Amino acid sequence: MAEKLIKEMGLPKSMANVFAARNITTAKEVLSLTEFDLMHLLDVGMAQVSSAVARISEVACPPYQTALSLMEQRVQKEEHGGHLPTDLKGLDEALCGGIPFGVLTELVGPAGIGKTQFCMKLSLLASLPAVYGGLNGHVIYIDVESKFSSRRYLKHALVISIADNIFPQKILNSNSFLRMIEIGVKSFPDLFKTTGVIQEMAGRILVLRPTSLSKFTESLQQIKESHLQRQVKLLVIDSMAAIISGSLAEISRIPIVVTNQVRSQTREEGCQYSFQVQRTEDPAGYDSHLVAALGINWAHAVTIRLVLEAKSGQRFIKLAKSPMSPPLAFPFNITSAGISLLSGIGTELKGAEINRIHYHGHSDIINFDGKGCSDK
Amino acid sequence: MYRWMELGRLRISTSQRGKLISAGYSTLSSFSSLTPSHLARELMIPEEEAAQILKAASDNSRLDNTDGGQAIVNGAQTAWEMLHEEQLFPRITTSCADLDNILGGGINCKEVTEIGGVPGIGKTQLGIQIAVNVQIPVGLGGLGGKAVYIDTEGSFMVERALQIAEASVSDMSEYNDLLRKNRACQVNTKPSDILENIYYFRVCSYTEQMALINYLEKFISEHKDVKVVIVDSVTFHFRQDFEDLALRTRLLSGMALKLMNLAKTFNLAVVIFNQVTTKYTEGSFQLALALGDSWSHSCTNRVILFWNGDERYAYIDKSPSLRSASAPFSVTGKGIRNSASNHKRIKLM
Repeated sequence: MAEKLIKEMGLPKSMANVFAARNITTAKEVLSLTEFDLMHLLDVGMAQVSSAVARISEVACPPYQTALSLMEQRVQKEEHGGHLPTDLKGLDEALCGGIPFGVLTELVGPAGIGKTQFCMKLSLLASLPAVYGGLNGHVIYIDVESKFSSRRYLKHALVISIADNIFPQKILNSNSFLRMIEIGVKSFPDLFKTTGVIQEMAGRILVLRPTSLSKFTESLQQIKESHLQRQVKLLVIDSMAAIISGSLAEISRIPIVVTNQVRSQTREEGCQYSFQVQRTEDPAGYDSHLVAALGINWAHAVTIRLVLEAKSGQRFIKLAKSPMSPPLAFPFNITSAGISLLSGIGTELKGAEINRIHYHGHSDIINFDGKGCSDK
Repeated sequence: MYRWMELGRLRISTSQRGKLISAGYSTLSSFSSLTPSHLARELMIPEEEAAQILKAASDNSRLDNTDGGQAIVNGAQTAWEMLHEEQLFPRITTSCADLDNILGGGINCKEVTEIGGVPGIGKTQLGIQIAVNVQIPVGLGGLGGKAVYIDTEGSFMVERALQIAEASVSDMSEYNDLLRKNRACQVNTKPSDILENIYYFRVCSYTEQMALINYLEKFISEHKDVKVVIVDSVTFHFRQDFEDLALRTRLLSGMALKLMNLAKTFNLAVVIFNQVTTKYTEGSFQLALALGDSWSHSCTNRVILFWNGDERYAYIDKSPSLRSASAPFSVTGKGIRNSASNHKRIKLM
């Protein structure tokens, strides 16, 4: 509504003309000025200015809904009540049914922990037909890092043979999608037996590999404008290196999943308020630990944050920020069918533990996996 | 002393001011005793316009006289009356007794309360809880009002609101049973009724935010039973790509003023949520609420939510009436509740 032009807002003719004469055309310009400033600029009386501002505000302000109608609308119009099920039982329960539509969900974790695996699984699920728990839609997968350039997964013979026959060259280049198909074949063997399914699924996943921020913004804009918008049911950004506004998610009501990297932090920088008593440095506090790469400002902007970490050789997925669930941790591992939870019951977390990203024994897991998959 | 500046302060348009000056009226007193028709002739303007100028002049002189020692001024109240009135209005409970205690009984009407904290501390949860609790009927010590929820971040989860509403309904009927042991009196509130009484606005830009704050006055005068306005969060659109900081400060203070006005006029509580940022003071980085120092003056009360070890705490950072104190709270499946630190919970991590 805020984009509407002043002359279309139904102001009295004389007022509309005065605004036009002063070259004030949008609500944004009017609302950035005080009433007093407007009086000076437009040279009209207080009463007229206030009634004009009131009118413009009324038109520019978004319409309201009651929370009840909001809920009914979600339940009736959207698949799975506005959630994309992750196929991970405990996590779905904690999130009231899966990754919610219309909000930003973030995955944070050290390299190799399984963020991309998780994204691929979600992409697959979103493109599956509804009977298999999917959203039956298109997926836009923005692969910023192009990190799946290794030919690690190519050795899976089954996948290759399928892929060789039906995939266009473009998709074959991105090995990550072979991995995704593998996850699909293992998780939904019935569905993938049917010929043509893989081609259709893969055709629904649109990969973008932007090389710069401006290209990235450009392609986001294109997605917004294109006819594809209505069919797209999931947007994955792997990984988030720059801030995008959540407005895209909101307008098209789809889940948006972004991944975030980690960086190491050497000391407890800025995690207390000035009124808090300085806690004595705990002896183990000298070694560096990991924090999410984008800072606190970004952390406020995401609605759901999932932390993937490794602790004593075990991988955990932690629900670190969510408006609908207490912070929970679930152990998981990565199998050929993708990410899977070892237990559906989460452990509740408290305090600093929620946002801490462990990586003890992490290298063991990665090395182990690497051995398993390296060319022999 | 600054006689000639008086005209500059009048709420009249530039051309009207020009006409006054060119007609030789440079001070208020020089024309304030004229009749509208006289002034109209002098300035060669319609009589209505002249009446408007005179009204603006008298409004202005009334403002000047407030410090003149007269006790009975339009819109003023004695402290005694204020005290009496304050006791009359119930407060909005947060569902956490410890938190209510340090807030002096809950969120106060007629005031703007700012609540800030790190991501994931429970700001949105507290917001939803307040939107539900404002609807506790008068018979049960509540306000029986409705809520306006302004969501700038898109973090309002209707499923979560339903959970909290369900818990609140069951608490209410429990409390009701305690209150009237013998009489069979049912609470007929349903969770869906509670959701129906939350007016949800989704704001996607700061222009919309400004427009909505302007429009609220009209909206609330049409929906008189709104007793709380929740802005979650005030910060979001003002932190993303905002280059003109002077404009930001001006817009924010204008907004704070309007919200305060709203709270006073309609006798409702305004709760605004703020994000945190890091600030470099005394040689180290510390957390502080966002939007800077000038913003920190604009709210009546300021509450900071923080992690104290493994527990969530709330701290009264600023308040004219409450002493600074802190209290633990927890976020449970039912919503905001007392901290469960007394009960040992399973801790495996």
